[in-house]
Amino acid sequence: MEILYLLIPLSVVLVFAIGGVFWWALRSGQFDDLEGPAHRILMDDDDREH
Amino acid sequence: MTAITPVSGPRHPAKDTAAGCFHCGLPLDAAVFPVTLDGIEHDTCCRGCQAVAQTIVDNGLGAYYRNRTAPAPSARSSGGVPAELGVYDMPEVQRNFVRDAPAAVHEKEASLLIDGVTCAACVWLIEQRLARLPGVRAVALNYATRRARIRWDTQVTALSTILRAVADLGYNAHPYDSGRAEERLRRERSVLLWRLFIAGFSMMQVMMYAIPVYIAGGAMTPDIEQLMRIASLVLTLPVALWSAVPFYTGAWRDLRSRRVGMDVPVALGIVIAFTASVGATWNAAGEVYFDSVSMFVFLLLAARFLEMAGRARAVQTQEQLVRLVPATAERLMKDGAGATERVAVASLQPDDLVRVRPGGAIPADGVVVDGVSTADESLLTGESHPVAKGPGDLLTGGAVNLDGVITMRVRRVGEDTVLAGIVRLMDRAQSEKPRIALAADRVAQWFVAILLLLTAITFAVWWQIEPARALWVAVAMLVVTCPCALSLATPAALTAATGAAYRAGVLVTRGTALETLARATHFVFDKTGTLTSGHMVLAGVKLLSVDTRAQSLAHAAALESWSEHPVGRALVAAAQGVHPVASGVRTVAGQGVEGVVSGRLLRIGKPPFVAELHRQALPPELDCIADAVSMVALGDERGWIALFMLDDVVRHDAPAMIRALAADGLQLALLSGDRPQRAAHTAAELGIAEYRGGATPADKLSWVRELQAQGAIVAMVGDGVNDAPVLAQAQVSIALGGGTELAQISADIILMADRLDTLAETVRASRRTLRVIRQNLAWAVVYNAVALPLAMAGLVTPLVAAIGMSASSLLVVANALRLLRPAVAGTAAVQQR
Repeated sequence: MEILYLLIPLSVVLVFAIGGVFWWALRSGQFDDLEGPAHRILMDDDDREH
Repeated sequence: MTAITPVSGPRHPAKDTAAGCFHCGLPLDAAVFPVTLDGIEHDTCCRGCQAVAQTIVDNGLGAYYRNRTAPAPSARSSGGVPAELGVYDMPEVQRNFVRDAPAAVHEKEASLLIDGVTCAACVWLIEQRLARLPGVRAVALNYATRRARIRWDTQVTALSTILRAVADLGYNAHPYDSGRAEERLRRERSVLLWRLFIAGFSMMQVMMYAIPVYIAGGAMTPDIEQLMRIASLVLTLPVALWSAVPFYTGAWRDLRSRRVGMDVPVALGIVIAFTASVGATWNAAGEVYFDSVSMFVFLLLAARFLEMAGRARAVQTQEQLVRLVPATAERLMKDGAGATERVAVASLQPDDLVRVRPGGAIPADGVVVDGVSTADESLLTGESHPVAKGPGDLLTGGAVNLDGVITMRVRRVGEDTVLAGIVRLMDRAQSEKPRIALAADRVAQWFVAILLLLTAITFAVWWQIEPARALWVAVAMLVVTCPCALSLATPAALTAATGAAYRAGVLVTRGTALETLARATHFVFDKTGTLTSGHMVLAGVKLLSVDTRAQSLAHAAALESWSEHPVGRALVAAAQGVHPVASGVRTVAGQGVEGVVSGRLLRIGKPPFVAELHRQALPPELDCIADAVSMVALGDERGWIALFMLDDVVRHDAPAMIRALAADGLQLALLSGDRPQRAAHTAAELGIAEYRGGATPADKLSWVRELQAQGAIVAMVGDGVNDAPVLAQAQVSIALGGGTELAQISADIILMADRLDTLAETVRASRRTLRVIRQNLAWAVVYNAVALPLAMAGLVTPLVAAIGMSASSLLVVANALRLLRPAVAGTAAVQQR
């Protein structure tokens, strides 16, 4: 059971780390547009006619 | 004249034979406007679409047409390129939505809202086009919010050039002002979402530590258990210190104003449970309830979030209204040469002449002086069909001019406009609380006060019996009771119902109106202008000479075309504009018109006036007709020619409305100032059993009072202008508001589209609202009656209390938000933009 002395504090650290990453993702606009990028990747920027 | 040259050449493109416009997908008319893409000729429906498609092809962006999944917005109404975008280069106009780009000289950044983005290909198209403009440094268009952020070099290009490029592609770009209430609401929402997220995340993790301790019973070694407690404490810290802040501020606000609201027991419960748990952790002994704290905060925040989302949807309509008025208007110069200048709408004055282009919004209330068009007033009246507008017609600010260029004379600006009036009335309705909400508030206050007292007593009693459990019983009591059905759900229900009503074209101007409407037992209708359209139409012709019907009608119309009287207009309309020209016309006020038509001296008007010409009595068998309907006589020097019977027709939607109300078990009555026979006629036609004709305003008032003395709750339906006293006497007044007169109408509920069919549905919606509020109140009573004694007896743990209370508040809020769904299906326009 000694492993719990390591695992419990580790889980607390993990929770804060995950919360921090999510906070960063939201702040930097990763979730602002959930649909656009999926289409954007399919369209060529250099598709010039003539 | 010229030889026909063959059109087919070696490079003639193949033909696309699709049925709709290549650009916007609308059906093609006879005339088509071709565009060539990849060697195939495509037809577009109008010059606007052709220009847009040509711009797209010329810029090498034809891939847009291959990739798009929805047709583009039609450029038909935009009339090509909007004029005067130069106004957006002025620093005072830019102030609200343009800022200097960080860390770059000469660079600015603007937020724009782009209309008409229908699929992801539009995003690509706009980004590509703008990125290729010289001087544009960065473009990002968000597909979800339709918002574009653009950064450009002010030394190379100007904002107007960028906006013109967007317009050339067939989209409309508006400045996006982040200071608006909508933006504030969005920010508020995102903060609340964060609090919710933190609480939820912490709740899940704390459960992970709490469950093993519960399951293990006492089998866990004390040091492991202590480690679990410390971990729970660390994870609950952000919840107690940050997520729960709204409850602390709410409780503090209540206490400072010497009241006790629902936040007081909540905040107390959280603080006591948390500090006691921290104390237990410090002493490494006793119970901890970190799991209860985080779960309680999470579930309560979820209820708040739900309520806020519902409110945002109801308020959205109001936000849309404010946005209807454009920022600038095209004013005609005073010199009369027809030149125009772009001015801010705020600087418009009454009597200014303003030109409105197709697709543009009407900047203020006014009247058309030149041009013919149709206007979309759906957000103002709920009426989905475009309304035809020609010279002399009234325009309401905020309506959208659809297809022609019109010049209008401004009549009212700013706070005097109909739109400002609507917003003011909606604000008033929201600031007033109906009686049931006021009662609920008072009950909630007492409830909380008694609850706090009971908690103190229970704590004291338990302290005598079992000191270790006293605190937790008290916490469970504070947490388990739920006054939120009283304080939270009633306003939510009313806001939701009012918002849904507005989208159906019904403006509720009083906070108490929906409640009273739901309780109404008697509906009393005014006749003229309410059940009937208020316009005369020709109902019948009685010929009294050798002249034919058409002849008599043409003669009558020839005379009456000089008259402005409603009867005259009805006769001219019945002749369908075909009539000879009268000469020597003389109008006698209140009597009739005399004139020479086709060489005969004729008189039309009241029978005695016409009889003066030939001195013959009216045939006696016609007297009864004269009683039943409005009647005018036509005669010449030799005798009577014809009698015209006119009637005020019943509105086409009145019978269905009356049937629906009667089916709901309401007592209906007709009160009219018109002649008794005519009131009887209309009542019989509509199937209204009780009627009263020839009533003066004082008669109407005393009649309604009499009904009320018998215990009736009277809803009076009138036109809102002529019958103001009796409307004021009724417990709830409903007026038909024909657009521009709205500001003068004093009524609790206004049917804005000038239609009756929304009334029955509004009555049903108000009953639904009242029912939901009563359900919520009943639930609150039952729940608290069961939960409170259990908690006092010590049978409820803080965790169960948290779940029970939160579930109860989620239930009532969700129940209230059911009212947001528009229930008026098919009858009124629910047009969202």
